[in-house]
Amino acid sequence: MNQVFSRPESLKDVQTHFCPGCQHGTIHRLVAEAMDEFGIRDRTIGIASVGCSVFLYSYFDIDVVEAPHGRAPAVATGAKRARPDKIVFTYQGDGDLAAIGTSEIIHAANRGEAITVIFVNNTTYGMTGGQMAPTTMPGQKTSTSPYGRDIKNDGAPFKMAELLSNLDGVAFSARVAVNSPKNVLQARKMIKTAFQYQVEGKGFSFIEALSTCPTNWGMNPLQANQRLADEMIPYFPLNVFKNSENL
Amino acid sequence: MSEKLFVKGNEAVAMAAIEAGVRCYFGYPITPQSDIPEYLSRELPKNGGTFIQAESEIGAINMVLGASAAGVRAMTSSSGPGISLKQEGISYMAGSELPGVIVDIMRQGPGLGGIDASQADYWQATRGGGHGGYRIIVLAPASVQEMYDLTMLAFDLSDLYRIPAMVLADSVIGQMKESIVANPRPQVELPAKEWAVRGRKAGEPQNVVKSLKLGDGEMEAFHWAMLDRYKVLAENENRWEELLTDDAELIVTAFGSTARISRTAVAMAREAGMKVGLLRPITLFPFPARAYLSLSQRCKRFLDIELSTGQMIDDVRLSVARDADVAFYGRPPGAGSLPTPEEIFEQIRKVYP
Ligand SMILES: Cc1ncc(C[n+]2csc(CCOP(=O)(O)OP(=O)(O)O)c2C)c(N)n1
Ligand code: SF4
Repeated sequence: MNQVFSRPESLKDVQTHFCPGCQHGTIHRLVAEAMDEFGIRDRTIGIASVGCSVFLYSYFDIDVVEAPHGRAPAVATGAKRARPDKIVFTYQGDGDLAAIGTSEIIHAANRGEAITVIFVNNTTYGMTGGQMAPTTMPGQKTSTSPYGRDIKNDGAPFKMAELLSNLDGVAFSARVAVNSPKNVLQARKMIKTAFQYQVEGKGFSFIEALSTCPTNWGMNPLQANQRLADEMIPYFPLNVFKNSENL
Repeated sequence: MSEKLFVKGNEAVAMAAIEAGVRCYFGYPITPQSDIPEYLSRELPKNGGTFIQAESEIGAINMVLGASAAGVRAMTSSSGPGISLKQEGISYMAGSELPGVIVDIMRQGPGLGGIDASQADYWQATRGGGHGGYRIIVLAPASVQEMYDLTMLAFDLSDLYRIPAMVLADSVIGQMKESIVANPRPQVELPAKEWAVRGRKAGEPQNVVKSLKLGDGEMEAFHWAMLDRYKVLAENENRWEELLTDDAELIVTAFGSTARISRTAVAMAREAGMKVGLLRPITLFPFPARAYLSLSQRCKRFLDIELSTGQMIDDVRLSVARDADVAFYGRPPGAGSLPTPEEIFEQIRKVYP
């Protein structure tokens, strides 16, 4: 009998703390698969951010540095410049990357740091209880936008994958989702490509992964998955915005 | 090796960092410390190191965090407003037990303040500066030679104790030129950085550099362990300078630039027949409490001089014998407020027993 499915080596055999229906776990798995594929686990340094993904080191079987909220791209810059032979990636939520950490991500990207950034957009601050994020959608109700996000008051959601693709320092930028088998396969391919950029020394790579937060959206997992397909994907289109080397 | 060089204090810091083997420097321009990044942007790449002008002081300190976590010697430098921005990162480094050197060339504040010398960031430096309750090593040079020597010491102490170390000077010391001997890096036995992230090889433990401590009793244990480490630091690493204290009836005490001015005032007092000495702390954390206690067994009168309205005086009062008397003379930092030797001599005359 052929084994066709197993846990990636780069992931530990433990239960995660993620809520039911949360897609952080699926995205973790795809990142781990990419590490396995390139055989880079033993030279990879993960940079954890502050948010629901802070426990990166509990799930990935790799060395990890925990960064202050928003600062992961700066911490990654330091680690990569200190050890250029290592593979360095950050894993950040939307509050972390697109609000408090905007300066760090824009500048790391603009310098073309040879790192990979996995950006998880779930349109809310998961860990702190569902407040408005920089990616919260127009009209979306959160615990700090109880009347719905008002663009006149709060500005429009950031489209980070598009925004970063405009910088010369960015080699690869794509948005993916993991809400359906088809999208998971595409996401797997894109995440691998992002790591390939780093493995081949071809520059800064960025993945925006749309994700669910059923807990803070006040939905069950199926409803959350549906919302992602019906509302998020039309607003945040899945696409490759930059692929400078056509990998 | 004993060739004399005539350099600025800030340049001496940068030269010493290279001699100490710094691999990465990350900084952001701010007067009066910009000579440090300027020098290192020129010299560090030639020595195989990395220089990045970061997007902000926040970016810079977090790059230091990342590089240090990866096991190399890393540093940053700044002044007032920039040091305030670095505090979050310094707190994370302290919580993650990461070494790293931060140079603070103090300028007047609060706020934008100005670029004139100040000693008003003594509290910020010696009380931890950021959130959570921690201390960092603080060294206070009073000459260009010490800018050089103490920068190298900062790297060694920081690596040895896994506590961030700060070199705390001001624009007087940073900007003045003196001749120095560029001493070679001291031979110090340092533990291997086995905790550093390096990519986990099969059979090796997973290394995680973090400050999140959620386990039952985990944070408490961390604080107790750090307190013990601070005690060892105080036991082994106290440094201070004494001048003419043996027969002194009054001991003037000051650090950094005001200690230099006080030295001249002490000489004037001796010339006038007064038995006055000088006690200059070189380590501000650990504070050389022992020196104050032992001197105050005999000499009961101290005069603390600062370029602030009084911050180090807290530590002086906590350190001297109970029956010793500590007088204070200080001026808030600002253009024209640096005290003259004559001014300090006048204060000596006032409080001399
Ligand atoms: C300086 C600072 N401000 C605020 C916080 C509190 N905080 C923790 S996680 C978080 C937001 C996390 O949201 P996001 O980045 O979207 O990640 P998610 O939890 O949704 O995965 C905030 C604001 C903090 N830890 N540090
Ligand atoms: S709060 Fe949201 S983002 Fe966090 S684990 Fe739960 S579902 Fe996932």
